[in-house]
Amino acid sequence: MSEVLVLIDHVDGEVKKPTYELLTIARRLGEPSAVFIGSGAQGAEVAEKVKRYGPAKVYVIDDAQIKGYLVAPKAEALQQLAEKVGDVAAILIPSSYEGKEIAARLAIKLESGLITDAVDVQADGGSPVTTQSVFAGNYTVQAKVTQGTPIITVKPNSAAPEESEGAGTVEEFTATVSDSARGAQIVASQPRQATGRPELTEAAIVVSGGRGVGSKENFTVIEGLADALGAAVGASRAAVDSGWMPHSFQVGQTGKTVSPQLYVANGISGAIQHRAGMQTSKTIVAVNKDEEAPIFELVDFGVVGDLHTVLPAATEKINERKG
Amino acid sequence: MNIVVCVKHVPDATGDRHFEQDFTVDRVGVDGLLSELDEYAVEQALQITEKRADEEHILTALCVGPAKAVDAVRKALQMGCHAGAHVVDDSIAGSDAAATSLVIAKAVEKLGADKPVDLVVCGMASTDGAMSVIPAMLAERLGLPQVTLASVIESQGDQIRIKRDGDAATEVIGATMPLVLSVTDQSGEARYPSFKGIMAAKKKPLQTYSLADLGLEPALVGLSVAWSSVEDTTARPPRTAGEVVKDEDGSGASALTDFLAAKKFI
Repeated sequence: MSEVLVLIDHVDGEVKKPTYELLTIARRLGEPSAVFIGSGAQGAEVAEKVKRYGPAKVYVIDDAQIKGYLVAPKAEALQQLAEKVGDVAAILIPSSYEGKEIAARLAIKLESGLITDAVDVQADGGSPVTTQSVFAGNYTVQAKVTQGTPIITVKPNSAAPEESEGAGTVEEFTATVSDSARGAQIVASQPRQATGRPELTEAAIVVSGGRGVGSKENFTVIEGLADALGAAVGASRAAVDSGWMPHSFQVGQTGKTVSPQLYVANGISGAIQHRAGMQTSKTIVAVNKDEEAPIFELVDFGVVGDLHTVLPAATEKINERKG
Repeated sequence: MNIVVCVKHVPDATGDRHFEQDFTVDRVGVDGLLSELDEYAVEQALQITEKRADEEHILTALCVGPAKAVDAVRKALQMGCHAGAHVVDDSIAGSDAAATSLVIAKAVEKLGADKPVDLVVCGMASTDGAMSVIPAMLAERLGLPQVTLASVIESQGDQIRIKRDGDAATEVIGATMPLVLSVTDQSGEARYPSFKGIMAAKKKPLQTYSLADLGLEPALVGLSVAWSSVEDTTARPPRTAGEVVKDEDGSGASALTDFLAAKKFI
């Protein structure tokens, strides 16, 4: 059976949930193989974690020559691996900004079609058929790669990870990184501080705040509700531009796109740029004091009221119910 | 420096965007404009020329698109770009990102025929396709470093240094020009064209190129040779508006909690 290469999403060897989603999807398309680009010393440990989701092989590419540079060396490494493996049914890459740029360069190198931001991937005889959500979530698109090896970037939460033990045999692969791929150097890197809450793009529940929150301090109201629900915290562009929350929390066209089971929008009017980032959420709830706010056109449930009183009261009730 | 800023003409996101019969984006029957995210690219390109005012610069706004897409170039000229370049050719219609990056790469080479291009500046994504892949593809095709998703840009001599919000870390990236740079909406408000800028734009050079002018075979681009194909598009059924209650004396919090409990979120 042809191999499906899955690029492992990780931070310093800590494997992220989208990896398991991608491996689950890969099993529909062929024989999954996981690809770890990271510290070679962590290869065995990572293989141990990911093999529960079915890869027969885990290719370990040591990143000593790779990690100090942006994107290009990883694309080169994947190209060389894909060419060595030969019979590759598809290459699945997490749909982060870095993932999409790796995929972009790889597509040109392999002269292969690229589909980004898939929310579903299904086998269809030949090339897999993908589903994307476009135009701010107003359309869904079914597409296929028609040339080369399908390269597909897949958004988080596109499949429920299902365990299925694979052999997970470690195969070390040495990539040759060219000088030209080392043109953009990472001079400094400050890892984002852990919030103790779920990752925004991976969370089952997201509680967001917008202009209506009013200040940086008032975001504690949003955080309180998020913690009661075990949710990630998000913010609209207005809240980010006001300096109340860092950009990494931004939901929308130029921030993160989320598709959780539940999205709670507080003090967010619902401009198209915000909707682009959350419209495919399964259940949408909004609290806004303006009953004309366009966000109410999207909601499954809405409260017209002041979030500063509604949210703390709801948080208290939720905590009571949880006992 | 010889700087090229890539600008895309896109359907207005606040209007009714839809697809043609062949599943390409309808770009003719809708209102279009310069992609908002490319305005930030124009702004940063202008700022680089302004901060390095003691050097000579030529800043060209480059657009690939149908006839009406020239409006995006005009807007960039009004904002302050020195020259415009519009690649327009019927064969380009329906091109995928790979083919689009090929056309842009050839156009960048054309614009660097006399004096090599030092810097190509792009927005972080288009507001229609929204793939965020053109800067990386362009860098790959041109064999240049990619310095992408910048929120702060500094340049000195032939060096560029940027700050960016990476997926897992805040990073500082450094590279030597020539290179491809992309900037985010965090890089700073884009300027509005002034009245003077609008008048001056009318006299600025605006060159139109066909594929033949770029030395490109039409058979390499367009819908029929795209490396991926759209099989179907479906308008998402409008979300049926759910229940909206008014908060009175704490009733909102109770109703909200009841809803979340009924949906098993608590």
